[in-house]
Amino acid sequence: MYRAALTGPDDFDGWREAARRFAAGGVPAAEIDWQVEGGEASLLAFDAPAPPEQGGAFSVPRAFLELAESAILHRDPERFALLYALLVRVRDMPALMEDRADPLLRRVEMLAKAVRRDMHKMRAFVRFREVEDEGAPRFVAWFEPDHHIVRANAGFFVRRFASMRWSILTPELSIHWDGETLSESPGATRADAPQGDPIEDVWKRYYASIFNPARLKQRAMLSEMPRKYWRNLPEAALIPDLVAGAQAREAAMIATPPKPHARPGNAAAAWSALRDEAMACTRCPLYRDATQTVFGEGPLDAPLMLIGEQPGDQEDLAGRPFVGPAGQLLDRALDEAEVDRARLYVTNAVKHFKHERRGKRRIHQTPETPEIQACRWWLDQELDLLQPRIIVALGATAARALLGKAVTISRTRGAPIALSGGAEGWVTVHPSFLLRVPDEARKAEERKRFVKELREIGARVKALA
Amino acid sequence: MAALSVPQKLEILADAAKYDASCASSGTKKRDSASGRKGGLGSTEGMGICHAYAPDGRCISLLKILLTNSCIFDCHYCINRRSSDVRRARFTVQEVVDLTLNFYRRNYIEGLFLSSGIIRSSDYTMEQLVQVARTLREEHDFRGYIHLKTIPDADPDLSHQAGLYADRLSINVELPTAQGLQRLAPEKNASRIEGAMAGMRSAMEDMGDARRKYRNAPRFAPAGQSTQMIVGADGADDRAIIRRARSLYDRHALRRVYYSAFSPIPSPSSVLPLKRPPLLREHRLYQSDWMMRFYGFSADDLEAATDPDSGCLPLDIDPKLAWALRHRGMFPVDVNRAPREALLRVPGLGVKAVDRILASRRLRRLRLDDVARLTTSITKLRPFLIASDWRPVHLTDRIDLKRSLGPAPSQLELFA
Repeated sequence: MYRAALTGPDDFDGWREAARRFAAGGVPAAEIDWQVEGGEASLLAFDAPAPPEQGGAFSVPRAFLELAESAILHRDPERFALLYALLVRVRDMPALMEDRADPLLRRVEMLAKAVRRDMHKMRAFVRFREVEDEGAPRFVAWFEPDHHIVRANAGFFVRRFASMRWSILTPELSIHWDGETLSESPGATRADAPQGDPIEDVWKRYYASIFNPARLKQRAMLSEMPRKYWRNLPEAALIPDLVAGAQAREAAMIATPPKPHARPGNAAAAWSALRDEAMACTRCPLYRDATQTVFGEGPLDAPLMLIGEQPGDQEDLAGRPFVGPAGQLLDRALDEAEVDRARLYVTNAVKHFKHERRGKRRIHQTPETPEIQACRWWLDQELDLLQPRIIVALGATAARALLGKAVTISRTRGAPIALSGGAEGWVTVHPSFLLRVPDEARKAEERKRFVKELREIGARVKALA
Repeated sequence: MAALSVPQKLEILADAAKYDASCASSGTKKRDSASGRKGGLGSTEGMGICHAYAPDGRCISLLKILLTNSCIFDCHYCINRRSSDVRRARFTVQEVVDLTLNFYRRNYIEGLFLSSGIIRSSDYTMEQLVQVARTLREEHDFRGYIHLKTIPDADPDLSHQAGLYADRLSINVELPTAQGLQRLAPEKNASRIEGAMAGMRSAMEDMGDARRKYRNAPRFAPAGQSTQMIVGADGADDRAIIRRARSLYDRHALRRVYYSAFSPIPSPSSVLPLKRPPLLREHRLYQSDWMMRFYGFSADDLEAATDPDSGCLPLDIDPKLAWALRHRGMFPVDVNRAPREALLRVPGLGVKAVDRILASRRLRRLRLDDVARLTTSITKLRPFLIASDWRPVHLTDRIDLKRSLGPAPSQLELFA
């Protein structure tokens, strides 16, 4: 058993020197006890024989030295022996360095990788605090690295902060820069470092403001900034509150919908661009058999928006919503209910005519969920642009597009629904339903009810204006 | 109203800047404060450093702020648009310079990313941005990273000056389609934006030529230019976005295209957007971007990975796996013989793993457990690979391959 003495846990030159001698002398890895000065004494008490005489010189690829320089900084006590074992193999077969699947090489690479990550994290997470020192500012940081990297990392801080005076204190070793030279002192404790800096509060406010609560992704944060670093990062103290705040905001938002925002000043230009875009819509297959897209129409500052199901045969040909029989019925009902037709925006949940050909006639078909979903995009853009105070869904398809779920008309009609955008939603029947009721007495009754609901909605519009 | 303090302004103007996704501080020339003229501050060393991470998982490497969030434009997707009732603030040049230096000295940041709302005119705003960069570089000999957002309509001379001080310049194309831009940002113009990008590219190339002849010729934006596209605000599908990104990379020699998931901003940030932004879609687009830039996929290849009906990339599996499932005839691939391009197409094999395989197989034939040591997960790779002791036999042809590789199905939420 031989003994190799190293001056410190990161003594690469000492290891290189000893390893070269042992390897030249043909000493196997298991026969060397690597001892770091000031480290734990070996459990094996023995009288080490004199190291073998210097044998023939040999060389190893540059890649090995680069790898070893990093790996030796790892805190794993086996690193010296692993590197020695790898050295002996690489000496005999230099191409081994290319065999990235070799288990030993892989293991040493993992050590080097951990060290490089630790060095990178130190560069990232050191936080200086400014103190007054001999009449001039000095920047002092406290950091706790995982591996023996402080000395190897000093160069980075010198290059970056050459004109400042700074110190980095760590449990094992402290380094100091006075603007000219780098010096070392023994390890320190957290209490030796300054406890605060007025700029830290400004930094924390920045950290809290740059965070986007709509995109909470804690796992991504934790993988790059694990909790073990948090106690030395002033901004990390805010994280629990920011996360809780983001969740609370979401809950509050569901409870109390926000006020609608101001309509952009260029709404007219935006609406006609939107309409032009919709004219070429192929978001679902319905465009194939329809004549044209039938987009909404009406004043853009209308407080009331009516949403129908889809254009019918006449609307499809005319290119305008609610011009067919159902539209005419709607116009009369609005008139009776004293709702101002000129202050109304009308549109449809689905903007192409879905139909089936029977003989010479095109028979209306109810649009299905994928079509409603595809077309909802346009409706959302219209709602976003117009910001109506009240939105009325005529019939089940419109209610589904507006509320995002299937509802029963009979159970939802007659009462306002708070919508997430801050508007008020109402659901009632589609006028075409009134055309289809076979029994005349019931038809009149249903029509009366429809007009009554429109009248209530009209009153709400006036109340909210 | 009382004048705002600097920390108050910082809160408003950082909040207003957070919708810009870009945070990179890498890829510029190396420089430091220990060499050359004395008294400088800062360094750049190639690889960027993320000095902190916010709970949204984003890296904080630069002080990312607006000079002001007042704006004469009225772009619908933007929280700072003229008609928004967000609180307004404006930094002076000196305030930005002091904040940058104070943060930098404490190792909070790698540099500055400065953007601005348009005030008075495009030229006036651009002048202010350039003034910040000039003060940092010339008065304080700041050698850290500077990213300036460039205003497309500003005088080309001003953009040119910006390039002499900044490491990176960027102009946002904002929306993937010209119609979308016309509709949502009527004051902006797609061809003027692209014209400015083309101008920037030629300035970079001119300066590159000059430096080959004269060693001391000034550098122009050594970290190149980038742009950002908002995803989900107009009707563009992933196919259109990927094609647009490809053509931007090709025509303007961009370093990066950033994708930002759009969510309608109901009112100032005190409340969340009504709809969660489509983060997964954004993530898939970044994956497809990576596949184009590092894995040799063309825009056509990626189009083959999109869903034929919706034109979008699948959300449940990554685009590389989606492509492989549609091209099963190309697999399995022999790790011991296949060319680099074929290995790069294997879902689950990254660029580093492929390079390690190529280096190792020169020495010996690789077995499956060799490959396992070179990669993170071998289970997902097995159906696509042949190794000296492994052949997937029927695995690649199995109809339920997607199910066995994709995420475990989860029950839909009843009250979602």
